[in-house]
Amino acid sequence: MKTALRLFRHDLGLQLRQGSDLVAPIAFFVLATIFVPLAVGPEPNLLAKLAPGIIWVTALLATLLALDRLFQRDFEDGSLDLLALSPMPLELAVLAKVTAHWATTGLPLIIVAPLLGLMMRLDAGSYAALEISLLLGTPTLSLIGAVGAAVTLGARRGGALLAILVLPLYVPVLIFATSAVGAVAEGLPARPHLLLLASMLVLGIVLAPVVAAAAIRSALE
Amino acid sequence: MSRFTGSGIACRRGHRVVFSGLDFTVETGGALVLVGPNGSGKSSLLRLMAGLLAPFAGKLAWDGLPVADDPGAHRARIAYLGHLDAIKPMLSVRESIGFWADLRDRAAWVQPAMDVLGLADLADLPARFLSAGQRRRLALARVIAMAPPLWLLDEPTVGLDTRSIAALETALAAHRRTGGIVVAATHAPILLPDAGRLDLAEFALPQSALAEAL
Repeated sequence: MKTALRLFRHDLGLQLRQGSDLVAPIAFFVLATIFVPLAVGPEPNLLAKLAPGIIWVTALLATLLALDRLFQRDFEDGSLDLLALSPMPLELAVLAKVTAHWATTGLPLIIVAPLLGLMMRLDAGSYAALEISLLLGTPTLSLIGAVGAAVTLGARRGGALLAILVLPLYVPVLIFATSAVGAVAEGLPARPHLLLLASMLVLGIVLAPVVAAAAIRSALE
Repeated sequence: MSRFTGSGIACRRGHRVVFSGLDFTVETGGALVLVGPNGSGKSSLLRLMAGLLAPFAGKLAWDGLPVADDPGAHRARIAYLGHLDAIKPMLSVRESIGFWADLRDRAAWVQPAMDVLGLADLADLPARFLSAGQRRRLALARVIAMAPPLWLLDEPTVGLDTRSIAALETALAAHRRTGGIVVAATHAPILLPDAGRLDLAEFALPQSALAEAL
């Protein structure tokens, strides 16, 4: 556990030093969302209706954008060999790496999302649901993405393959997250959707590291 | 007294059996030098010994206990140096060694390891400014800092100057004196007194035999 914490801090430090890694997903998230009012016009009711879907789709694509760096660099420079040979279980190492990755991709999205909601004229009561859905949903996206990133290790043009593999698995998260945010505007409770998101996160924490670690081991063979 | 053995080891890469029927034994204080032409499986054997690669046939054992039974314990007793140096360009030399030493609770050994390989003056330099030989020295210093009983070194001398090779030889001798084991694949002559020699060409499967077996 102590070693996992060290790995988490190490990875976090690496990604914070590599400024472009931090900026790229947020920049994509903000710019892609800004494009929507520019394209469909400033009509408040239309934007409010689109807001949950647009914010979630762009957030999802932003996390996808950052996925390939999760294991690929470590694989190419030999660090993954050393990590697989370190005394800590590889599953725990994967969990530590995914957490560090989420802290530099998912977490910033959650922080800027209210601003984008404001721009998209998001219904005033929906902010809490949006934030909670992102808080539960983006770690799940990172975990699912980790499996995809591990499976495509060593594949040529792995990025395209990764998107094809991972995007279908993102569908349930997207559906329940946007339903949660949309439900509030229609006067329905967001709670059941959020609970489903939470259960997906729990399932992801348990299963994804095991699958990703197995995929990494086979990639290192 | 520890004993690392392999019996009847075979290795398959893709559809090709690289070597088969390979046996070896190394004991505390011992060393094994792997030789053989390119593609004879030196690197594969080292990865196999590290547990990164599963043997196609045969068994690896530490003190008579199969390594596959307790991979965690095996990982704790090896340090592996591959072709790649596992260096992050933005980390300093000290950090590049320190992180991996830290994972094994050996932070105090970073400075001595850097001293041994003459990296002390470069300690705070970002690794992206290092030359190929300096990068190799960094990777070797990492092995020295982690200092588990079994060192698996794949071409440790690549890019090293004569002074660094001498420093490495001293470090290897010290490691063996304190009960360590060294397995190294190398083309360069490196001073490892009383080291066993394993020529992998002897265990290559003749292609005709392979065709028959299939």
